[in-house]
Amino acid sequence: MITAKTIVCDGNEAAAWGAVLSRPDMVAVYPITPQSSLAEYLSQFIADGILDAELLDVEGEHSVLSVLHGAALAGARTYTATCGQGLAFMFEPYFRTPPLRLPIVTSLVTRDGITPQCVWGGQQDAMTVKDVGWVHMYCETVQEVLDTLIMAYRIAEHRQVMLPVNVNHDGNYLSYGVCRMELPGQAEVDAFLGPKDINWHVALDPDRPMAVDPLTGGAGGPGPALFVSYRKGLCDGMQHALRVIEEVHDEWALRFGRRWAPLVEEYKLDDADFAIVTIGSMTGAAKDAVDQARARGERVGLIKVKTFRPFPIEAMVRAVSKVEALGVVDRAVSFGWNSGPLHQEVLGALYYGRRPIPAISFIGGLAGADLTVGHFRRVIEQTAAARWTGPGQAPIWLNEND
Amino acid sequence: MHEVRIHGRGGQGAVLALKLLTKALVLEGKWAVGIPSFGFERRGAPVAAFLRFDDHEIRMMTNIYDPDYVLCIDPSVADVVDILAGVQEGGTLVQATKSRPESLELPERIATVGVCDAVGIALEVFGKSITNTVMLGAFARTTGLVSLESLEAGLQDPTMFRDAAVEQNIAAVRRGYAETTVQQRQGGVQQ
Repeated sequence: MITAKTIVCDGNEAAAWGAVLSRPDMVAVYPITPQSSLAEYLSQFIADGILDAELLDVEGEHSVLSVLHGAALAGARTYTATCGQGLAFMFEPYFRTPPLRLPIVTSLVTRDGITPQCVWGGQQDAMTVKDVGWVHMYCETVQEVLDTLIMAYRIAEHRQVMLPVNVNHDGNYLSYGVCRMELPGQAEVDAFLGPKDINWHVALDPDRPMAVDPLTGGAGGPGPALFVSYRKGLCDGMQHALRVIEEVHDEWALRFGRRWAPLVEEYKLDDADFAIVTIGSMTGAAKDAVDQARARGERVGLIKVKTFRPFPIEAMVRAVSKVEALGVVDRAVSFGWNSGPLHQEVLGALYYGRRPIPAISFIGGLAGADLTVGHFRRVIEQTAAARWTGPGQAPIWLNEND
Repeated sequence: MHEVRIHGRGGQGAVLALKLLTKALVLEGKWAVGIPSFGFERRGAPVAAFLRFDDHEIRMMTNIYDPDYVLCIDPSVADVVDILAGVQEGGTLVQATKSRPESLELPERIATVGVCDAVGIALEVFGKSITNTVMLGAFARTTGLVSLESLEAGLQDPTMFRDAAVEQNIAAVRRGYAETTVQQRQGGVQQ
């Protein structure tokens, strides 16, 4: 039985420990950089008897998730991790998972896209699959990776949610960054998670025969209304998830003493004139840059997005209503808008909040590039200036001259 | 906050040294973050790793560009990499070398130098030139920032080493600590 203790580990090991403590019945993995050591930790934990789960080493990511579909339909709690091209190969079962309403938890150890050939971190992979109905939560620290992974099962298996959850941590800086982490005890995690609740609604079970995923739709008969009911049901599940994510984070804080902003974190925002918007592990250096700017007398704050899907519109509208200009930093590219995907979400929130303030798109940290306090100093300077000049039409590429 | 940059070559265990030093500092109650550089480091190719530590939580998860301390676990990597790039005024170099500290040509801003014949010790202890744990002993001796006891405690980890390897690495850390020569310099003048 795992007892609470302080350990030193990287983000991949933290995710593996989160999976261990969540006691999945089945784990399927296929290794891909920078997720590989996570798959190795899991395999070792299972080999050592620390995790009592069935491990499937299958021939590729398409099979990884297909196998877990079967396992979840049979009532198993499941886990896997992937990224990059592995996620691309997983896409066919990936985008069937949410409408099947399977509460599968999967870590995305985010990696930039190819081409050019690239094995380094970036959020292009996760951002590319943002709109097929998975919940997406992005972690800032190694500790948050572990905590969020366990919370993800409570969110996924909530009867008003019943959706797959991606817990995302940045490849390289979080996956391999080593630091101090508090490992909770198994008994406390068991009490937090409660019994698993996987296939009450859809099952491969001889005692409950049912047609799973029958042909549905078309222009006549019950098709159109039935199809709409499935789509609306998925949208409802996503909207319920916003409330459930908050409740689960509250309960985590009460039981384990660590409080993470569930949807959107506001940092030094209340008296801020302008703010920078961040996502993932870049946020630590960004907060340090905000503190330095504050020491120089700049009234700057920070808004960090943790839950990206479903997008927390109300929380974001509340946050952006406090400032007069925004600098949004993406670790991925929106080719369609010539900006970053997070930038587009923020523009959407500004419309909802009827606040047409300047919002600059910054793109950095692609393909393993570093985002330092110095980079965020530039973001703060240029966002401050945008209050008077307005934003330009093109994104600012933070590593262009590195 | 203290910033350490580790230089070595693929196969010498620079990343393991990073994890061990992080662990030893955490055992002493510090907050520490270790970031390896990422790529496909082949055996013999230059590698770097970065470590920050402080008395409070460290938020930035970034590489290090202007370290206070450079720990170089390979005697020849300095020929191909500028291991002292960005080092702060009053900085410290801990170098694996057979040379005496006074024979090293160093910029004035290096105030403290520790040298250790890590390859010679590693060949005697392990039979091969794995210098990482020897040089952690040298780092502890030169800087006083981490104790020998904490490094030894950090080594007692079955996920990192088998039992026999723990004994060898403890011997390596102790010899690194004992057989390091430290020199204080001021304005480039040897004291």
